[in-house]
Amino acid sequence: MTPTLQIFLIVSAALFSIGLLAALSRRHAIFILIGIELMLAAANLNFIAFWRFAPQPHQPTGVMFAIFSIAISAAEAAVGLAMVIAVYRHYHTTNVDQLNQLKG
Amino acid sequence: MSLIIHYLWLIPAVPLVASLAILSLANAWRRSAAALAVAGQTAALALSAVAFLPTLQTHGFRAVQNFTWFTFGDNALRLGFVLDPLAAAMLLMISLVGLCIFVFSIGYMAEDKNFVRFFAYLSFFSGAMLGVVVANSLLLLFIFWELVGLASYLLIGLWIERPSAAAAAKKAFITTRIGDMGFFVGMLWLYNRSGTLLFYDDGKGCLESAGLAMLGASATFIALLIFFGAVGKSGQFPLHVWLPDAMEGPTPVSALIHAATMVAAGVFLVARVYPLFSLGAINGVTSSLTVVVWIGVTTALMAALIAIAQADIKRILAYSTVSQLGLMMVSLGVGGMAAGIMHLLAHGFFKALLFLGSGSVIHGCHSEQDIRKMGGLRRFMPVTFVTYAIGMMALSGVPFFFSGGWTKEEILHAVGHWPPSRAPYYLMFAGVVLTAFYMTRQIIYVFFGNSRTAAKQAHESPPVMTIPLIVLALGAILLSIVLTPAWPWLHDYLTGESVHFEIGRLIQPMLFVSLALVSAGIGIAVWMYRKAGVQDGDRPADIDPLEHAQPALFRFLANKMWIDELYARTVIAFSWIAALLSDWMDRYFWDGLVRGFGAIGQVFAMFTAGVDERGINTGVDETTVGARGLGRLMSAAHSGQIQIYLGIVAIGMLALLLLYAWLA
Amino acid sequence: MSSAAFVIIAIFTLAAALAAATLRKLMHAALSFAAALVGLAAFFFLLGAEFVGLALVFIYIGAVAVLIVFTILLTRRDVGEDRGFNWAGVIIALAVFCGLTWSILATQSISIVAPHIRALTVKRIGEALMTGYVWPLQCVGVLLTAALIGALILVMEEKR
Repeated sequence: MTPTLQIFLIVSAALFSIGLLAALSRRHAIFILIGIELMLAAANLNFIAFWRFAPQPHQPTGVMFAIFSIAISAAEAAVGLAMVIAVYRHYHTTNVDQLNQLKG
Repeated sequence: MSLIIHYLWLIPAVPLVASLAILSLANAWRRSAAALAVAGQTAALALSAVAFLPTLQTHGFRAVQNFTWFTFGDNALRLGFVLDPLAAAMLLMISLVGLCIFVFSIGYMAEDKNFVRFFAYLSFFSGAMLGVVVANSLLLLFIFWELVGLASYLLIGLWIERPSAAAAAKKAFITTRIGDMGFFVGMLWLYNRSGTLLFYDDGKGCLESAGLAMLGASATFIALLIFFGAVGKSGQFPLHVWLPDAMEGPTPVSALIHAATMVAAGVFLVARVYPLFSLGAINGVTSSLTVVVWIGVTTALMAALIAIAQADIKRILAYSTVSQLGLMMVSLGVGGMAAGIMHLLAHGFFKALLFLGSGSVIHGCHSEQDIRKMGGLRRFMPVTFVTYAIGMMALSGVPFFFSGGWTKEEILHAVGHWPPSRAPYYLMFAGVVLTAFYMTRQIIYVFFGNSRTAAKQAHESPPVMTIPLIVLALGAILLSIVLTPAWPWLHDYLTGESVHFEIGRLIQPMLFVSLALVSAGIGIAVWMYRKAGVQDGDRPADIDPLEHAQPALFRFLANKMWIDELYARTVIAFSWIAALLSDWMDRYFWDGLVRGFGAIGQVFAMFTAGVDERGINTGVDETTVGARGLGRLMSAAHSGQIQIYLGIVAIGMLALLLLYAWLA
Repeated sequence: MSSAAFVIIAIFTLAAALAAATLRKLMHAALSFAAALVGLAAFFFLLGAEFVGLALVFIYIGAVAVLIVFTILLTRRDVGEDRGFNWAGVIIALAVFCGLTWSILATQSISIVAPHIRALTVKRIGEALMTGYVWPLQCVGVLLTAALIGALILVMEEKR
C-alpha cells in the first residue's frame, strides 16, 4: 500500500502538535522558538504534500510556497534568537515565566 | 522632424533635478551647490541652443510631442511639449540671462548663510520657468506656472527672519493666486468647451482651427479669464501691488523675477494663447484684446508715474518693470505680438543687467538701497557704471544702438495703427518720456555728483559679479542687430516670414519721434536734477526738486498712488467687516438661538434629572460595579505570559474546528 | 513511493521532534530538533521535492540549528537545562492533535494516491522564481536584509 495524502497530513498534524507542545509547556525561550519552528516545518510538509497529490503537480506552486516559507522562517529565527539574547542581557533570564512586563 | 523635440523635456528637468540635488546638500557645501546650479543652468542653455537650431531652418517651424498622462473613463488627459520660434527664443533668453544671474549670485550671496538653499530655489525657479515655455498643454503650463509661483514665494521670503520679507512673499503668493483663480476657471471652461487642453495636436488642439471653432462666443470670456492669470503674474494693474514688495528678496532674485522668469510668464502666456484672444477678430480688434490694451496702458502709465517719486534703487526698477510689462501687453493687445515678444526678450537682457547692476551698487555700498544716500559712484565703480548706463539707455529706448530703442519703436509703430483709438498711442508717448525721465533721475542720484553718506566706502564688485554685467550689457547692445527695421530678423523669425535686408527701412519717421521723446525725458531730468547730485558731503539729498515744485503730487506718487492703502481700505477692509459681521452674527444671533434651545433643554433636563436621580442612577451604579468586576476578570487574562496567550490561540483554533464540524 | 520508507521516516521524524520538545537538556533538544529536520527533509525527498529538501537541510540544519546552539552557549549562565514543565500545554496539544486528525480522517476526498509527475528540476524552479515569482523573491530578499540588520541591532552592545 502506498501512502495516501491522509497519512501525510496526519504525520504533519502530529509534528504540529509536538511543536505546539514545546511552545506551550517549556519555560525556556529557546524551546518556544524550537516549537514554533517545528510548527512551521509541519506547515511546509503540508504544502509539499498538497502539491504532490494535487491533480496538476506540474505547476510548482506548493514548492514555491515552501521555499518562501523556509526563507521567511529563517529570518524569523534570526530575529527571534537575537531577541532572546537581548532579553537575556536585559533581564538576565530567558525564563518566559519571569518575563511578564505586559501583565494587565 | 527634429530629434530635439523628444528631449525637450530635459530642458526644464535638468535645473529641477539640480535643484533637488542641491537641496540634499549640507549647508557647508557652498562650492558644490553653486557648481551644481551653474552646471544645470549651463546644460539648459546648451540644450536650448540645440533646440534653437532647427527653428532657424524652416519658417514657422513647429514640433510637438504629446503623451498621455493618465486615462479616466473614456477621456485621456494628454500633456505635451512644443517647440516653435516663440518657445525657442524664450528658452535661449531665459537660460542665458538666468546663467548670468546665477554666476552673479555666487559673488553677491557669498556672505549669506542661506547660500545652498538659495541656489536650490534659484535652479528650481529657472527650471519651472523653462517648463512654462515648452509646455504644449494649458494644464502643463499651469503646473509649471504654479511652480514658478511657489519658487518666487520661497525666494522672496528667503530671509524669512525679516518680517517684511515674509509679508512680501505672502503678498506675492496671494496676489498672484487671485489671478491664478481666473486662469484656472478659464482653463476649466476651455476644457469643457473644446475637450482638450493641448495647444497643438495635429489640428485638434485648442489653438487650432477645429478646436477654436468649438469655442464660439465663450472664447472672449475664456481669454479674459486666462488674461486675469497673466495680470497677476505679470504685475498688471490692479494686481501689480506685489511686484514692488517682492524687492524684499535678494537682488539676484529680483533680477530673475523681473527679467527672465516670473513676470515674463504672464506676457508669454498671452502670446502663447494668442489665437484665443484674436478669435473672430474684425480688423485685428476683439473685445478681449481691447481689454488687454487698456489694462496695459493703465499699468504702463501709472507705474511710470510712481517710479518718478521712489527713492529705493530697486523699487524704481520694479516700477519700471511693471511699466514695461504694461507696454508689452499693449503691444500684444493691438496685434503686435512679435513686437511685444521682442520687447520681452530685449527687456530680459537689460532689466537683468539693471537689477544686477543695482545689486552691485548695493553690494558696494554695504546694503544701502536709498539713492539719496549714494552719489558719485562712477568713480568708485567704473564697470558697474558703464554697464548700468548701457542698461539705462536700453530701457529708456535710446534709438539706434540699444535693443530697447528698436523694440519700443516697433511697439509704438504697432500701437499707432490700432483702429479703435489713437489715445493709447499718445499715452505711450508719455510713457516713453517718463521712462527716460526716471531712469536719468536715478542715474544722476546714484552715479553723479558728490558721494554722500553711503557712498563713502564704496568699492567695485569682484569679477564674478562684473563679468555677468558685461555679458548682459553686450547682449543688450548686440541684440539690436537682429531688431533693426532694415533687417528685422527676430520679427520675421517670430512671425515665420522670410527675412530680407533693406537699408532704406532703417530711417523712418518713428525713429525721429522716439528720439525726440527720449531726449525730452532725459533733458527734463538733467535740467531738474542738475543740482541734486552736487549737494554737500554728508548731507543726504533730502528734498527732491520735484517735491519742491509739486509737493502734493510727489507725495501722491511716492506713496504709490495709495493703491495699497486703497486695497487696505476696500478689499481688506471689506473682508474685515465681513469677518466682524459674521462674528457678531455668531455671537448674538446664532448664539441667542442656541441659548434659546439651551434654555428649553435646561427645563427638560431639570425634569429628567429628577427621573434620573431616583430611577436610573441606581441601575447605572449597579451596571458599573458589574463592568468593573468584568474588567478585573478580563485583565486577569492578560498575564503577560506568552505561553498562556499561545494556549488560548490553540484553544480558539480547536473551537473553530469544532464549530466547522458542527456546522458541516 | 514505498510505504516502508514512509513508515521509517515518519517514526524517526516524530521521535526526534518529540525528543526536541521534551528533553531536559537544552543542547540535546537542539540536536534532536536538527535530527527532526533531517527527517522532514527526507519526507520532501520522498515526495519528489528534492530542491526544497536540500534547501531545508542547508537553511535549517546549516544555519538555524547552529544559530540555536550559539544562543544556548551565549545564554548558558542562565540554564543548562530546563526543569519547568507545563502540563496544561500537553493537554491542549493533545486536543489539537485529536481535532486535526479527526477532521483529516473525516474528509474522504483526500484519501488519494499521488499521481505520476515529471521530475521537478532545479531549472524549472529557477525559471518560476525568475518569472512569475520574481516579486515575492525580491520581497523576501528585502525581508532577509531587514531581518539581518534588525537582528544585528538587537544584539549590539548598548552604548554606555
